[in-house]
Amino acid sequence: MLLAAEGDGEFHAPTIADFFPPAILFEGTPFEFNRIMLVRVIMAAVLLLVFCLAARRATLVPGRFQNGVEMVLDFVRNSIATEVLGQENGRKYFKLLATIFCTVLVMNIAAVIPFLNIAGTSVIGLPIVLAAWTYVMYLGAGVKAHGVGGFLKNSLLPPGVPKALYILLVPIEALQVFVLRPATLVIRLLANMVAGHLMLAICFAATSFFLFDASGAMKLFGAGTFVAGAAFFFFEIFVAALQAYVFAILTAVYLNMSVEAEH
Amino acid sequence: MMTPHQDTSTADVLAAEETTQNILLPHPPDIVWSLVIVVIVGVVFYRYVLPKFQAVLDERTAKIEGGLAQAEKAQQEAAAALEQYHQQLAEARAEASKTRDEARAEGTAIVAELKAKAHEEADRIVETAHRQIEAERQTAAVSLRTEVGTLATELASKIVGESLEDSARQSRVVDRFLDELEATQGDSRAAETASAGSSASKEG
Repeated sequence: MLLAAEGDGEFHAPTIADFFPPAILFEGTPFEFNRIMLVRVIMAAVLLLVFCLAARRATLVPGRFQNGVEMVLDFVRNSIATEVLGQENGRKYFKLLATIFCTVLVMNIAAVIPFLNIAGTSVIGLPIVLAAWTYVMYLGAGVKAHGVGGFLKNSLLPPGVPKALYILLVPIEALQVFVLRPATLVIRLLANMVAGHLMLAICFAATSFFLFDASGAMKLFGAGTFVAGAAFFFFEIFVAALQAYVFAILTAVYLNMSVEAEH
Repeated sequence: MMTPHQDTSTADVLAAEETTQNILLPHPPDIVWSLVIVVIVGVVFYRYVLPKFQAVLDERTAKIEGGLAQAEKAQQEAAAALEQYHQQLAEARAEASKTRDEARAEGTAIVAELKAKAHEEADRIVETAHRQIEAERQTAAVSLRTEVGTLATELASKIVGESLEDSARQSRVVDRFLDELEATQGDSRAAETASAGSSASKEG
């Protein structure tokens, strides 16, 4: 704050307001469209374009482009679906996991794309929708596999525990299954992307401030903050992929806990 | 919060916004647009992208598995053919060795038989020669016996100086000679041979 005061210009520190930009269209309606929505629409369009092109040109012997897309899908199939759910259920829920993984991945990666500069998942709406989808799917899978009673019994009454302890365990398990799982899915993703955006924005805002507005030797700090910004840039790419993986694999784990006979 | 040191009105606005904007509270438009995007992406992925890739991947897997199976089959066939070839080779070798043994045995038998035959032939030849020699010896003896008589007679007639060619006379001379011989023998053996000597004279 003091540094900002020293220069002629202003130090544009990122704020929470970054995630609530002014409306572009339909202000005041439930369809209010702002910059974040635009980023999401652009990324979704890119995602669909890439995958549809790859799918339309999909051949038995893949080219480089198709190979890249297939690599992503193979990763979901092998390292998430089959790994967690096994062969049969993995195949059954592959579509869900692939859609969730790809959506989260492209929305996250928008954080490091120039001019977009913010993740589609850094505002809570999208994480909530995705987590709600997961929530409905794993509850539905559990009910479908064991019936309502069976699913509740499987989820809330862990076997091999003295009956008296159920007084304690049932509320904890219920909280876990019905509240904490979806809530942690939402908050983990949101917090990671919000923090990532703030770190990146601080580094580059500081770099801009030091280089153009600071005087004399202070400009040297600009190099340091730029390097830090570059590091956070790559770290953000890693986090984007990691959070997509975490979201998808937790979805698989929750599905597996629901369909499993006993856990 | 790193609020820039600005003129107070901007700071107030920002502060006011921050109090109303909680990042954990969803706004209806946020949810609506997220839902729209997720539904669109989901529908396209579920209906088109993923089935298409799944089909291509399945087809590829089938093709690769088919190729592998075919290769394995070909290898098995080759192995079977090699096995068969080895077996045939072994059989042929065994047969060749058997044939060779048989030929050797047969050869030995033939040689033995020929040897036996040769022995037999030799024996036969030797026997024939013996028999011939015996026959010739007998012929010689017979001819000698007849000729000895003639020669002796001739010699005697020459010595005696009297022709003995007349057969009657010849035989008489011979009889007489033999009688004389008997007589001389009878003298020496006296009476016991007298009867024998008379019978012999009658026969002569």
